[in-house]
Amino acid sequence: MIDAVGNPQSLLVLGGTSDIALATAEKYAQARPLRIVLAARPGERLDAAAERLRKTGSTVTTVPFDARKPETHDDVVEKAFAEGDIDVTLVAFGIQGDNEQGWTEVEAAREVAEVNYVAPVTLGVRLANKLRKQGHGHLVAISSPAAERARRSNFVYGSSKAGLDSFYTGLTYALADAGVKVTVVRPNFVHTKLTKELKPAPMAQTPEQVADVITDAVRKGKESVWAPAQMRWVMTVLRHLPRVIFRRLPF
Amino acid sequence: MTSALQNKKLMGWARTAPTQARVLSTPDVDAIARAVREADERGVIARGLGRSYGDVSQNAGGTVIDMTPLNRIHDIDPDAAVVDVDAGVSLDQLMRAALPYGLWVPVLPGTRQVTIGGAIGCDIHGKNHHSHGSFGNHVLSMDLLTADGQVRTLTPDGPESELFWATVGGVGLTGIVLRAKVRMKKTESAYFIVDADRTKDLDETLELFSDGSDMNYDYSMAWFDAISTGPKLGRSAFSRGSLAKLDELPPKLRADPLKFDAPQLLTFPDVFPNGLANKLTFSTLSEIWYRKTPKAGRGQVQNLTAFYHPLDMFGEWNRAYGSKGFLQYQFIVPFHEQEALRRLVQRIAESGHVSFLNVLKRMGDSSRAPLSFPMPGWTITVDFPIKDGLHRFCEELDELVLSAGGRLYFAKDSRTTPEMIQQMYPRLDEWRKIRDSVDPQGIFHSDLSRRLAL
Repeated sequence: MIDAVGNPQSLLVLGGTSDIALATAEKYAQARPLRIVLAARPGERLDAAAERLRKTGSTVTTVPFDARKPETHDDVVEKAFAEGDIDVTLVAFGIQGDNEQGWTEVEAAREVAEVNYVAPVTLGVRLANKLRKQGHGHLVAISSPAAERARRSNFVYGSSKAGLDSFYTGLTYALADAGVKVTVVRPNFVHTKLTKELKPAPMAQTPEQVADVITDAVRKGKESVWAPAQMRWVMTVLRHLPRVIFRRLPF
Repeated sequence: MTSALQNKKLMGWARTAPTQARVLSTPDVDAIARAVREADERGVIARGLGRSYGDVSQNAGGTVIDMTPLNRIHDIDPDAAVVDVDAGVSLDQLMRAALPYGLWVPVLPGTRQVTIGGAIGCDIHGKNHHSHGSFGNHVLSMDLLTADGQVRTLTPDGPESELFWATVGGVGLTGIVLRAKVRMKKTESAYFIVDADRTKDLDETLELFSDGSDMNYDYSMAWFDAISTGPKLGRSAFSRGSLAKLDELPPKLRADPLKFDAPQLLTFPDVFPNGLANKLTFSTLSEIWYRKTPKAGRGQVQNLTAFYHPLDMFGEWNRAYGSKGFLQYQFIVPFHEQEALRRLVQRIAESGHVSFLNVLKRMGDSSRAPLSFPMPGWTITVDFPIKDGLHRFCEELDELVLSAGGRLYFAKDSRTTPEMIQQMYPRLDEWRKIRDSVDPQGIFHSDLSRRLAL
């Protein structure tokens, strides 16, 4: 149960090696150690993530999870909830993909669509069912400013995040009467393993900064947040720029 | 039957941590028993008037039985001073019905909006704990609906007395109390003869509680200043008294000595912004509260609201804390831990978390119930508005309370940990054994039982 001052007792991370998710887990654990379930592809990265979180005094278990294997997802969710209620769930997996391949090669496009859209949506349905039954809980999905208006350089990724964003935004309404809250997080460029090949954008964030935004949003029950918060206004302007200007922007 | 279930968001009096449940509202005992038998793995919990501050009567995803429709007063026996009531009867309702017979509710907490079932489940206490003990001490028998769908009649010393005492203070986890016989207190009037005292610091406060004068009063408590630091720390306004005998009343009141006299000024609308409860407003209120108490008032005649339930002047006062709600923290430490008490009061005053409604009381003997809160010692209640850092601060208080051999109160808690509770309630495992024997599949569940792994 999330207590009166906002401490969760259990956390599920889908995409359990995500830098943002690990920073969020650490932030919670600093306030009070908790039970953490990390679902990710088995391997050294996952083991290291679990080890890192165990140092906080939390109980950490891992569940093998591959976004590309939808036939296993029922099992993943069952295992994740096997030890009891999950208070906070982070849907934190995703791939950047190469944008040029993404709009020229069918398989590259399919992979981005499946990992960033199909899997989060189908898992979202499974999670929503579990949480509705629980009668409490908080679901957090990591979206992107690109979901609001994608650029020439990231539109394949942006299109998948736009789908995810709409779905989880819709869930905030659909689950309102089920005692379940949903937060859609749109972090600006974050220094993570996903982006280490890329040139940092202005207002780039660290995973810890995004974790602060996420934990604050969960505590306050916010339905959508930006990291940093000013991104909301930047995107409001960008969204309304005429295309002729927008496509010529230097990023 | 399922058609009577309503999907509802429930929260405690402090308006934090709401969860969703299916609520069954019915006076039909058979329907309640059916709901218990048909419960799924999310379980069942009974709920009264929702005055517990935290999550004791919430059950996320499960069934909650709203007991308030089951509210018949079956019998009032003025000679034996015993009432036979359904569990959903409120203390307010009982008091109004029993007063004309010269019977007084033996234990009254800070509000009368509490059901008999809730009073038993939390083994509530009042200003007379030092003289009369907690509510469970006055229950002569109760009908308990257990997980198997059967109704057992339990008494404090009968064959199933263990289950009786596990239910007293058992926060609804042994079953659902349907009906109870309660021993009332005979009274000649509904008024109190009250002495008021003001102390200038914590030393004087503890001294006045400890000098033996407390035993002259059936009812006793002190409001204390938890905002002023330095020499004013712990200064208190004492309010102590006993029910008035007929010949102690002024002639005007003697005509109708058992009149239910509990006025309400206003009900707070739900429009208060967050942050109104701050240091400035609270220090001002504290100063007024302190000064309105005479230095040494003797023999004042006061009605129930003035003496006992000043907050009842303001209906729905919890709304004044805004949408973020607040956190009530009540702890008790044994008498010999005065130093710990001092440190706790000091930490509260220094913390920057401001509390206006601060109550200090000297408590009497423990009851036989393994999960009952009171013990011989000092209990303090404070209300903090929810804000950043409150969690850390409360954890620090928990540690101080635990190391002094004290404990927290389930009716108030909304944030402590299973580990803390395990240590604070040394008889928890003994209670669990009794609970498991009567509810082996764990039908009875609440958000509190999940949160604290009871």
